[in-house]
Amino acid sequence: MSELRGRAHCYGDNVNTDVIIPARYLTTSDVDELAAHCMEDIDPEFVRKVHPGDMMVGGENFGCGSSREHAPLALKGAGVSCVIAKSFARIFFRNAINTGLPALVCPDAAAAIGDGDELSVNLAEGRIEDATTGRTYRSEPFPEFLRQVIAAGGLVAYTKARLGAT
Amino acid sequence: MPQTITEKILAAHSGQDEVRPGQFVAARLDLMLGNDVTAPLAIEEFRKIGAGELAEPARVVLVADHGTPNKDIKAAEQCRVMREFAREHDLDHFYDVGRAGIEHALLPEEGLVAPGECVVGADSHTCTYGALGAFATGVGSTDLAAAMATGECWLKVPETIKVVYRGERKQWVGGKDLILDTIGRIGVSGAVYQALEFCGEAIEALPMSDRLTMCNMAIEAGAKNGIIAPDAVTETFMKSVTSRPYRAVVGDPDADCARTLEIDCSQIALQVALPHLPENARPVGEVREVSIDQSVIGSCTNGRIEDLRMAAEILRGRKVHPNVRLIVIPATPRVHLQAIEEGLAEMFLRAGGALSTPTCGPCLGLHTGVLAKGERAVATTNRNFVGRMGHPESEVYLAGPAVAAASAVLGRIAGPEELS
Repeated sequence: MSELRGRAHCYGDNVNTDVIIPARYLTTSDVDELAAHCMEDIDPEFVRKVHPGDMMVGGENFGCGSSREHAPLALKGAGVSCVIAKSFARIFFRNAINTGLPALVCPDAAAAIGDGDELSVNLAEGRIEDATTGRTYRSEPFPEFLRQVIAAGGLVAYTKARLGAT
Repeated sequence: MPQTITEKILAAHSGQDEVRPGQFVAARLDLMLGNDVTAPLAIEEFRKIGAGELAEPARVVLVADHGTPNKDIKAAEQCRVMREFAREHDLDHFYDVGRAGIEHALLPEEGLVAPGECVVGADSHTCTYGALGAFATGVGSTDLAAAMATGECWLKVPETIKVVYRGERKQWVGGKDLILDTIGRIGVSGAVYQALEFCGEAIEALPMSDRLTMCNMAIEAGAKNGIIAPDAVTETFMKSVTSRPYRAVVGDPDADCARTLEIDCSQIALQVALPHLPENARPVGEVREVSIDQSVIGSCTNGRIEDLRMAAEILRGRKVHPNVRLIVIPATPRVHLQAIEEGLAEMFLRAGGALSTPTCGPCLGLHTGVLAKGERAVATTNRNFVGRMGHPESEVYLAGPAVAAASAVLGRIAGPEELS
């Protein structure tokens, strides 16, 4: 896996899926359309200031609320390359892994990274570097089962391979 | 090793004698669910998997309940995708307008979930069915797609938090007040990745409708599932909805728990959760002079007949405040019909309320009661996040049906004891 580079966008604890992508836009699964409204209820400027490769940094319980897979899709569509948080709400975490949006659990990084910091992330090693502060962090490793799903390229590819093998 | 009810169900569905918290299992599913928001995406992903056929078509349930009756052309297209898929695969359990109710009220009513079963749904409130003694949890659309292709779902076995409720409930206090109080204590991330098992004498005395309300909101504490051991109340409910056999599972009393919480119900007042998190729960008496523009009584949390009866009892012979729009939404066609037959529908209309056909509509700000900038609603729904019911500068106060009805009459957040 390659190295991800981008700026941090920090939003604190309990960033919920209703603010990541409001329900009024859920009548489509079109990624570009979803991306255009990403985070608008708490930060109308987000889609203008986010650049490809940028990273979301959350506190506790990132992605809480609804099961909408449109949330990781909207973030990916907006250019977000990974999410770093102290902890994730479990359905969001599943959806992120299943759709190929890296979701890294790293309480120290999530607490210390500042809005706009220049970050680089090495997914294979779980290493997060904050070039702005010069600090380096290690995210919690993924359990073996999830590593298989990630290595396969997401749950669709994983399931396809599994069905093909039987 | 002694095991919790959640562990036992997951072990039984993954061909093992026992499972431990943290372990990953591929669970055989008794039921998998999608709705008009999540199923179209799941159908797209299902096609990408290329399985062709559904692994267990009789176990797939699709419900058109969110943007329905079709609120606009896009919503109509979403429903069409689901409808065509249901026809293509000859699904027995596709529920369209007229037969569709809010999924988590509909499935128990149809007898589709039973004790000991394992259910996933592409909707976060799938945890509702824990009230029947089933393991039920919310997943995403791709999870649903994989489940439809394989009949299985990967799950991490959760630790259990036991919440023991003792004492007698005060008048009007119901499952909604108990769960709001609990979320207020542990917070919206208080049970992330864990099972919330509700037990104790107050739960044994709790009717099924209130149990469903409590398990429904387990997700608002971040829980993977809410669950209540099946007992006589469960059995009576199951007999009223289905004659099919099932195997009830109960936990071992000495099973390990991450944490045990004891709550004295006699101390719990009617609750209101202030914007913008369900954990902001307060006794209604502490919420002073909050005027409201709208009161919504309905949703998968509180749209059952028992909720409507409670609201109607308070509204009988009274009028909705001139500044308030009261919107009552029976959760299913059966509840709607019951509300008509029992005279509740007439009572809501005579009081000046609006009665809607079953839909999730306003709960997530889709339609049938969207709030304007600066407006404030009291709602028997489950989330009060920023923008949840409409404009990002609107506000939602969560409460049970008694507070929602009394507030509709008084034009401000209040409990029924304030009515003369």
